[in-house]
Amino acid sequence: MELRVENLRASLGGARVLRRLSFDARGPSFIGLVGPNGAGKTTLIRAVANLIPFEGEISLDGAPVDSVEPRARAKKIAYLAQGAESHWPLSVERVVALGRLPHLEPFRAASPADEVAIERAMELADVTRFRDRDVLTLSGGERARVLLARALAVEAELLLVDEPVASLDPYHQLGVMEVLRAYVDQGRMVIAVLHDLSLAARYCDRLILLDEGIIRADGGPAEVLTAETLRSVYRVEALIGGEGRGFHVQPVKRVE
Amino acid sequence: MRSRSYLLINLGLALLAAIFFVASIYIGRGGESLVGKLHAIDETDRSLAWLILKEVRLPRALLGLFVGATLGLTGAALQGLLRNPLAEPGLIGASSGAALGAVLVFYFGLAAGSAMFVPLGGVAGALISLGVLYMLSGRNPSIVTLILAGVAISAFTSALTSLALSLAASPYAVYEIIFWLLGSFTDRSMDQVRFAAPFMALGALLVASTARGLDALTLGEDTAATLGFNQEWLKARAVIGTGLAVGAAVSVTGVIGFVGLVVPHLVRPLVGHQPGRLLLPSTLAGAAMLLAADLLVRLPMNGPEPKLGVVTSLIGAPFFLWLILRTRREAP
Repeated sequence: MELRVENLRASLGGARVLRRLSFDARGPSFIGLVGPNGAGKTTLIRAVANLIPFEGEISLDGAPVDSVEPRARAKKIAYLAQGAESHWPLSVERVVALGRLPHLEPFRAASPADEVAIERAMELADVTRFRDRDVLTLSGGERARVLLARALAVEAELLLVDEPVASLDPYHQLGVMEVLRAYVDQGRMVIAVLHDLSLAARYCDRLILLDEGIIRADGGPAEVLTAETLRSVYRVEALIGGEGRGFHVQPVKRVE
Repeated sequence: MRSRSYLLINLGLALLAAIFFVASIYIGRGGESLVGKLHAIDETDRSLAWLILKEVRLPRALLGLFVGATLGLTGAALQGLLRNPLAEPGLIGASSGAALGAVLVFYFGLAAGSAMFVPLGGVAGALISLGVLYMLSGRNPSIVTLILAGVAISAFTSALTSLALSLAASPYAVYEIIFWLLGSFTDRSMDQVRFAAPFMALGALLVASTARGLDALTLGEDTAATLGFNQEWLKARAVIGTGLAVGAAVSVTGVIGFVGLVVPHLVRPLVGHQPGRLLLPSTLAGAAMLLAADLLVRLPMNGPEPKLGVVTSLIGAPFFLWLILRTRREAP
């Protein structure tokens, strides 16, 4: 599967947020979208999910995402919004099952294939043991995993997640990152907006560093997260060390 | 297993609605049964009884069935669409628009012209208020805009209704308007049922088609959009369908409160909170509940019959209070 983004421009409320942004990605791959607040990360994945109007071209396997029929697109691209919540007290299993909506035939109940996908997603996100619990009674960390399972249940080739580990404790942060990694290892592509640079570096195959609507660096974590880019883009001095799963970035001081 | 209990609950509710429907045809004022009387009367009276059955009782029972189903369905759908358990079909302004349209027919003294003028005025009022709603809120309105526009329309049409009441030339028109506004199924003809039924059916179909979209909306509009549901189209079906169905219902029966609000809450303990799965049982329960309420109002043997809309609110409001208290107790 191949994602192409070419000359992407997008505005929010009259302000240009993305300015002529281009990149290609071929699956399977775990891509971390990093950059300071207001860099355009969320806007970028919302454009890929076709949630906002944009100029330029975004195509998946050669087909522009904005000309594909919504249901067909929904089967290919799954999206987990930042701080997503369930508005009704549904059971965990029912929330996860919502991910199968694009696959359901009109007037038909869930097929055995749907049931399998739901089980697989719950298994992967490790929420099977509270499948019958009301999702609103779970802790924040558990609920985040349930909503992630909902997005996994779509079994889309491309999964877009916006700050999946925000407001989670370290244990649950690692849990979510491992789930996303496992999803990629099944042969799919994940693009995740991440603020924790160490986590991003440890789990992602590739990082795209955005700043003021353009790509400032793109490549392997160690290439992107250098003292120089952290200083110029994030305006911080940072300690950088380790490699592979031990890679870490520790911001220590602001640069004025 | 779970889908079997869902099926059983729906069958049970359908059976309940069917029992009340039949009872509504056969049970009259003061609870006397038509069947019991048929033996005691001769041939000419029997044909008269048959006429009463066909022209008086049947339209009344059909209205109970259709209007109750409409209110149950649209109440559940709007609560799902707006993701708010306090939403009710009147929220989008179509029912008060329908009420104003009907009231204007009384005001100008046209009601005596034909039994069809009141429902015609009502449906016209509902359609106009839907048009205004879309003009105010745009093609893809946010939930807040939709609610605000609906509240504005309701407030304005209610003010105009009050104006019509205060300026009405004859006290008889005032009397007619007030009694009509209270909501009732009595003295409605088969023609009125035939006129309103297609609007209710079309509206109900539009609303029923949103079931899966409403499920998707459980996780918010963005998630629903990425699950393949066009938000503009989804809202249009829910809102226009509700406006058509409820507008047509109000135009024949007047305003019947609380059914659309309460019925979904009654059904949730049975089938859960998933908005799409709520539509069918809520439709059936709405029909059963309104038919039962209409049986209740004809129980007193003597004196004027209490108006149905008054009774549904009298039962609905305390029930709703109990529901609030229960929710408060259960809340952590």
